[in-house]
Amino acid sequence: MGLAVRQFDAVVVGAGGAGLRASLQLAEAGLKVAVLSKVFPTRSHTVAAQGGIGAALGNMGPDSWQWHMYDTIKGSDWLGDQDAIEFLCREAPKVVIELEHFGLPFDRNDNGTIYQRPFGGHMQNMGAGPAVQRSCCAADRTGHAMLHTLYQRNVRANTQFFVEWMALDLIRDASGQVLGVTALEMETGEVSILQARATLFATGGAGRIFAASTNAFINTGDGLGMAARAGIPLEDLEFYQFHPTGVYGAGVLITEAVRGEGGYLLNKGGERFMERYAPTAKDLASRDVVSRAMATEIKEGRGAGPDADYLLLKLDHLGPEVIEKRLPGIREIAKKFANVDPVRDPIPVVPTAHYQMGGIPTNYHGEVVVPGRDGPNNVVPGFYAAGECACASVHGANRLGTNSLTDLVVFGKASGDSMIRFLQENPGHQTLPADAAERSMARLARLDGQKGGESVYEVGNDLRRTMQAHCGVFRFPDLLAEGVKKIRAVSERVARTGIADKSQVFNTARVEALELDNLIEVARATMVSADARKESRGAHDRADCHDRPGFPNGRDDQNWLKHTLWYKDGDRLEYKPVNLKPLTAEMIPPKARAY
Amino acid sequence: MHIRILRYDPDRDAKPYFKDYDVALDASDRMLLDALVKVKAMDDSFAFRRSCREGVCGSDAMTINGKNGLACITKLADLKGPVELRPLPGLPVIRDLIVDMTQFFKQYHSIRPYLVNDEPPPEKERRQSPEDREALDGLYECILCACCSTACPSFWWNPDKFVGPAGLLQAYRFIADSRDQATNERLDNLEDPYRLFRCHSIMNCVDVCPKGLNPTRAIGKIKALMVKRSV
Repeated sequence: MGLAVRQFDAVVVGAGGAGLRASLQLAEAGLKVAVLSKVFPTRSHTVAAQGGIGAALGNMGPDSWQWHMYDTIKGSDWLGDQDAIEFLCREAPKVVIELEHFGLPFDRNDNGTIYQRPFGGHMQNMGAGPAVQRSCCAADRTGHAMLHTLYQRNVRANTQFFVEWMALDLIRDASGQVLGVTALEMETGEVSILQARATLFATGGAGRIFAASTNAFINTGDGLGMAARAGIPLEDLEFYQFHPTGVYGAGVLITEAVRGEGGYLLNKGGERFMERYAPTAKDLASRDVVSRAMATEIKEGRGAGPDADYLLLKLDHLGPEVIEKRLPGIREIAKKFANVDPVRDPIPVVPTAHYQMGGIPTNYHGEVVVPGRDGPNNVVPGFYAAGECACASVHGANRLGTNSLTDLVVFGKASGDSMIRFLQENPGHQTLPADAAERSMARLARLDGQKGGESVYEVGNDLRRTMQAHCGVFRFPDLLAEGVKKIRAVSERVARTGIADKSQVFNTARVEALELDNLIEVARATMVSADARKESRGAHDRADCHDRPGFPNGRDDQNWLKHTLWYKDGDRLEYKPVNLKPLTAEMIPPKARAY
Repeated sequence: MHIRILRYDPDRDAKPYFKDYDVALDASDRMLLDALVKVKAMDDSFAFRRSCREGVCGSDAMTINGKNGLACITKLADLKGPVELRPLPGLPVIRDLIVDMTQFFKQYHSIRPYLVNDEPPPEKERRQSPEDREALDGLYECILCACCSTACPSFWWNPDKFVGPAGLLQAYRFIADSRDQATNERLDNLEDPYRLFRCHSIMNCVDVCPKGLNPTRAIGKIKALMVKRSV
C-alpha cells in the first residue's frame, strides 16, 4: 500500500474535554501520545457547554457524592450502571479541584471558594429536595473555560497535536486487538496509518443526525461510525436528549443555568406550566420531563407566537446585574439569534436535539467492552472511549445537566490511567495486518471514482429530516417502523454519494462525505434501537407505552431494564443487563420517577 | 443575495480570483454562515472552516466587506450587497477562505498560555476573591479566532516578532490572575522592542473583536506594569 506509518504509544482521537484530559494524563506520564482533531483543539464542541460541571463540593450548603449519585441514577431512569455512576460522582469533586488548580476561571463565592448554582434534577437528601447548588461554573461559559484550560495545560505538557486530521477507520488485527487508526491530513489530502499500542476515541456526539440541533457542524459521530464499521456494537442510542431550551428557529443552546438562576418557562397564556408537570422541582425537573411538558403544551395549542409553536423563557425578573454577571453569554446569544434582550423580554425556545446518552460501550475504566466468551463485557484490548461518544453508562436513559462535563473529565482521566497501565503491561507494537488501510482506501477510492453521485448535502438533509420527523421527543410506533425503512433507504443512497471537488488540498467536500458515512451508522442505530424498545423510559417516550399500574410513566422493568447493543453487521440488536450494583454504596432500586 | 468570494486552490489555480454566487435565501437563513452553507451546496469546491455556528469556537473568521468578523454571528440583514468575502489578511492562504494559522498559534504559545503556580496544590481549590476573579473578565473569553491579530498592521509587518493582540490579551489574562506566580517572567518574556512594543494603539483589534474584548487596554496594562517595575 505504501502508506506512511507513524508509531505512538497512544493515539487519542478528538480534542474536546475528554480527549484533552486523557492526553494530559498520558503526556504527563512521559508517553508518546498523538492527539488527532478535525479542528484546532479549542474549537471542539466542549467549547459550547455553558451552565457548569456537576460535583458535590458542598460550597453552598450540605451536599454529598451519594446525593449526586442518587440524582444521576434517578435521572437515568435506572438505566445507568450504578458502578460507573458511583465512580463518576465520587471522582467529580477531585477532578473539579484539579481543573481549578490548572487555572480554570471558576466564579467565586465571597469566601473565595468555587460558586455553584442549582441545575435540573439535582436535589438534597437522596432526591427528596430541596434543590442543591452543585453546578460549578464560569459564568455561562464553563465549557469554553474548561476546554481552553485543558488545552493550555496540554501545551505545558508538550502534547503532540495533529490538527485538522480526520480519523477514518479503526485498525484491528485478527484477534480483535485495536492497533490505531487510519487518518486523513486535510491540508494535503494524504492518508497515513497512526499505529498505537492504545487508542482512545473521544470524538463526541452525533447531534447532526437531527435537522434541528444545538450541536456544532463537526458533531458527526465519527467515533461511532468507525467503531460500528469495525464490528463494535453501539449501546443505547435510542436515548437521545432533547434540551428544553434551544432558540426557536436557530437551535442554538440556552443553558439550563437560566432556570438554575431563577428563570422559568411560560406558555402563551403566561402560565408557569411546569408547576403542573413537576410540582416539586418545577422548571428544574429533569430535561426529558421538561421537554415533554413543553412538547405537550405546544401540541395542545398553548404555545406562544403566531404559529403557537414555541414557549417563552422568562428571566428579566433576575435583573440586569445577575444576567450580566451570571448569564452574559446567554444575553449575547438571545440578542443575536432571537432578536430579544432578555433583560426586558422572554426568549422564544423549543426542545432541541442536544445530547446522545448512548455510545461505544465501555466500563468505568474507559475500556471498550463487547459481548464475547466471558459474558457481555469482554475488554477489547487496546481500545478506549470517553465522553459523549462513550456509554459507560452513567447517563442511562436521560442525562442530568452538568453531568456531561463531569463525564468528560472523570472518564477522560480514568481512560488515560487505564491506557498507562495497559502500556506498561504490554510493551512493543503488534504487527499491523496487511489490509490495515483497506477499508479507508476503498472509501476514498469510491468517492474519487464516483460519477454522477447524489449530493452529500441533499442526502444528509434527508437523513436529518427523517430522524427529526420519526424519532423526536414523542415517538409513535407507526412513525418508528416507517422511519426504519426510510433510514435504510437513505443508507443506500449514502453509499452512492458523489463530490465534484477532487482537489487534494483541504477538500472539505470530501470531509463532509466521509462524515456522512459516520452519521448514517448513528442514525440507523438510533432508529432501529428506538423502534425495538417497547417501553417509555427517560428520553425514549413511546405513545403506545404510557403510565399504568406496574409501569410507571410507561416503563417496563420486567422486560426492558437492559442495555441495547446495535451491530452494523446485519443491522441487528442484542441486549445486556444493567449493572445495578454500585462499587461500595448501597444499590438504589428502581422506583417510579417524579419531580 | 449576491456574494463574491476570493477563491484559490493551489492544486488548480495560478492565482486567486473572485467568484460570484447568487444565493436564494429562506426566511430561516439569518446569518452569513447560513448563506455560505448554501453556496457550498451549489459548489462543493468552496472551502471554509466552520463549526459551532454560534460565535464561540472561532472557526469561521474571514474578511467580510473589508472587515474581519465571524460569519456565524454576522447577520445577513446587516450586510450591504454584494457581500465580498476574503480570507483573513496577513496569513498564508491554504485554500479559498482557509488560512494557515501556524504563525498566529506560535505567538499564542510563546506567551506561556497556562497558569504557573509552583506551590504544592492545596487539597481544595485555591481561594480567589470575587474581585480578583472579576479581573479576568474581558480576558479569558477570547476564542482565538484571529480576527484581531490579522487586522493589526504591526502583526502584518512582523508576524514572527510581534506577539499580536490575541497573544498579548492572553499574556495579560495570566498576569491578572491572582493565582499565577510568574508575572516577572511573563514581563521578561515581553521585554523586547517587538514582542509587546510594536503595538501602537491603532485599535483595529478592538474594532473587530467579535466577542467585544479589548486587547489594546490589556496591552496598555502590561506596558504600565513594565514601567512600574523599572522605576
